Amino acid sequence: MATHMADPAPSAEFEEFLEAHLDQEMLRFTTAGSVDDGKSTLIGRLLHDTKSVYEDQLAAVKKSRVNRASGGHVDFSLLTDGLKAEREQGITIDVAYRYFSTSRRKFIIADTPGHEQYTRNMATGASTAHVAIVLIDAKAFLKHGSLLPQSRRHTYIASLLGIPHVVAAVNKMDLVEYSEETFTAIRGEFLDLARQLGLKSVEAIPVSALEGDNVVSLSRAMAWYSGPTLLEYLETVPLQVEELNGPVRFPVQLVLRPDSDFRGFAGQVARGILRAGQRVMALPSRRETAVRRIVSYDGDLGAAAYPQSVTVELEDEIDVSRGEMLVAAAGSGDALPEVSRHFRAMVVWMHEDPLVVGKTYIAKHTTRTVRATVRAIRYRVDVNTLEHGDAKRLAMNEIAEVEFETNLPLFFDIYRENRNMGALILIDGLTNATVGAAMISEAVEVAPEDEARPVLVLLPGREALAERVRERLLLRGERAVIVDDALIPESALVGVVRALQLAGVIAVSARSVDADVLGQIDNFIEGGLLTGEGLDDDEVLRLAGVSE
Amino acid sequence: MIATDIDVEEAVSQPARLNHLQALEAESIAILREAVAEFARPVMLYSIGKDSSVMLRLAQKAFYPGKIPFPLLHVDTSYKFPEMIAFRDAYTKEIGADLIVHRNEKAIAAGANPWTLGTQACCGLLKTRSLLDALEEGQFDAAFGGARRDEEKSRAKERVYSFRDTAGQWDPKNQRPELWSLYNSRLKKGESIRVFPLSNWTELDIWLYLYAEKIPIVPLYFARERELVKRGSSLILYQEGMKMFPGEKVETRKVRMRSLGCSPCTGAMPSEADTLPKIIAELMAFRRSERENRAIDHDEEGSMETKKREGYF
Repeated sequence: MATHMADPAPSAEFEEFLEAHLDQEMLRFTTAGSVDDGKSTLIGRLLHDTKSVYEDQLAAVKKSRVNRASGGHVDFSLLTDGLKAEREQGITIDVAYRYFSTSRRKFIIADTPGHEQYTRNMATGASTAHVAIVLIDAKAFLKHGSLLPQSRRHTYIASLLGIPHVVAAVNKMDLVEYSEETFTAIRGEFLDLARQLGLKSVEAIPVSALEGDNVVSLSRAMAWYSGPTLLEYLETVPLQVEELNGPVRFPVQLVLRPDSDFRGFAGQVARGILRAGQRVMALPSRRETAVRRIVSYDGDLGAAAYPQSVTVELEDEIDVSRGEMLVAAAGSGDALPEVSRHFRAMVVWMHEDPLVVGKTYIAKHTTRTVRATVRAIRYRVDVNTLEHGDAKRLAMNEIAEVEFETNLPLFFDIYRENRNMGALILIDGLTNATVGAAMISEAVEVAPEDEARPVLVLLPGREALAERVRERLLLRGERAVIVDDALIPESALVGVVRALQLAGVIAVSARSVDADVLGQIDNFIEGGLLTGEGLDDDEVLRLAGVSE
Repeated sequence: MIATDIDVEEAVSQPARLNHLQALEAESIAILREAVAEFARPVMLYSIGKDSSVMLRLAQKAFYPGKIPFPLLHVDTSYKFPEMIAFRDAYTKEIGADLIVHRNEKAIAAGANPWTLGTQACCGLLKTRSLLDALEEGQFDAAFGGARRDEEKSRAKERVYSFRDTAGQWDPKNQRPELWSLYNSRLKKGESIRVFPLSNWTELDIWLYLYAEKIPIVPLYFARERELVKRGSSLILYQEGMKMFPGEKVETRKVRMRSLGCSPCTGAMPSEADTLPKIIAELMAFRRSERENRAIDHDEEGSMETKKREGYF
């Protein structure tokens, strides 16, 4: 096979080029604007002026049946409006990703539409972005007398999704005679809004996407502007390093067991730096061991940092599965993540069927999938005024702070501190649709008995109560089964309870169990045994966390 | 070259950031692993092209020191270049991968060809139908594909996890929102997901990675004197027994393939680039998109979108 790689030693010149390209950083940004703000034109202009458009693509646009531009301009928006339906209707209907690079950076653009009904798309594009470009139409600003509600909404969503840098591209400056006064007024309102939202890194740049002013080249028509062009800004804005500096988090994706000698935990470092030899703790078991090796195809590594994908071998044979997590051992100085079944999160709802209190969804957080029940909607945010109001349900494209309870604990950091450790998606268990995005705002303290989650509820001789407990648990969003099936002999009970524990299912029984067997179960369920002995029904229900 | 062993001392004071190829690699490996963890029967579509070669190396990395835990599926239209088939058989054997080759034998026996059927109908039978049959036969619930979003306009909207209904079809208006790197893998019986680990790679990234990782590719990618026929604006490589049209003659030119499809429908380009560095240098110098030489994308405006809706990758 080596014959196909008949490369002579590459020239020094090429080596230099290659090194430069390998050393490029990657910056992801998203664009948000209202329907006629000229967003597609801006992106088309960025691609065109950085020579990222292929000749044949440009030729196809020039001869296209639809051309929204007039006066002999090439309609750059056609470069990015991908689907037939869009070209015909002249709108952008979904998130599209574009790529270009300059000698400094490689860029990924998440191009999101600005229609009111598509807030979910903006949230999607924003979720992975380092920078948000908020398009503001200078002419519409003059007509309306202030920022349009859409611009406020876009800036709010950028802040909500935790995008580190937000830049306002004040577009259509050519239609307001390149007026400094107009730009200053828009900039002032935008900075006020940014301050109100707690955004730390903000900038405003006057541009004309149609004419190309201040997009890639400095504008001759706006000599009064001394800041960077939009591209210069994108090339130089500092990339966040917060993910590297925080405490280490390694969610286990997959256990690799190619043979009996090797057991590796494969995953992507979600935060911080994991080092060979480091003492680590597995969650939720809280067992500690050390990292023996960090294994990769290219050889063992001394350390692995966010966002590297590696495989970790541990010194001791401790039980760790997919959905569990390695963090620094206690006493290392690293803060532990929250380990809890109760939290509040900002939710962006993405489905026609509303979010309702009491309903249970499937939640995916890091590599862990659990069932999450909506306990309360604390407030809904009016995205145009940013005011809080009451709500019983959450419709598509609405945003609210919601309190959740999960059937199994999650290991999380709040979203503001770390996006990977604070983000989750919500899935409807019946339709399998992705219905919402949630960003954890805080863990909720609960009384110990509310937090109590039994592994085995043992109620000898009280069949009716056992069934009631099981039903109440199901209503709470738990999974629970009665283990009094004739096919489960007492001798198998230890294994059954253990298997159910690992699957996150609560075992409920009305049988009488031998003290010996009970002892064995007690060994691994760590206080998760609830016996009904000496307790009345109400007390049992209370201790099981399912008071009526 | 790609996997960075971070200098621990340095990392404490000023953590090293991954460059873009390392970041892309890490993301792709995470996608491959996530799908293997969550799907019952994944399969990898292996087209023998440069993107497949990168995807295959990433799969080797993702499951190292284990073997690739799923089979590779090649949909053979019977019009592939002989060099591709030779490469496929030798390379998959060398890395110990499990290979499934699927052909729509009924259509091939019936003489399906692009000259009389047109490229769309021919692709429909030999690629799309064949692929859907193979996925159904293997009961695969997830199929990795090497498509990149920078290839073509309709691909730019594709998710990393692209949901397909029970008929294997794509509905661009009804895709699941995809946030962060949290992918929704839940399916009902008969539904499936196409997984695209290379979504965020560009053509240049692919070539840089092939070079940096010393990954073998089909020799057709390298420029060499080859016999060919000029057909319209395309240069079609001459094959033994090939159907010729009136007025066509065989000539010899130094050419290479920029992307590999079926021999009658994939044009060559004149080139002096006989090494990877020269290909990369050439790529930087000209600005024509790689699918330009594929007849299938140009039949009508939006033809790739139409094919994807029908079940094509």
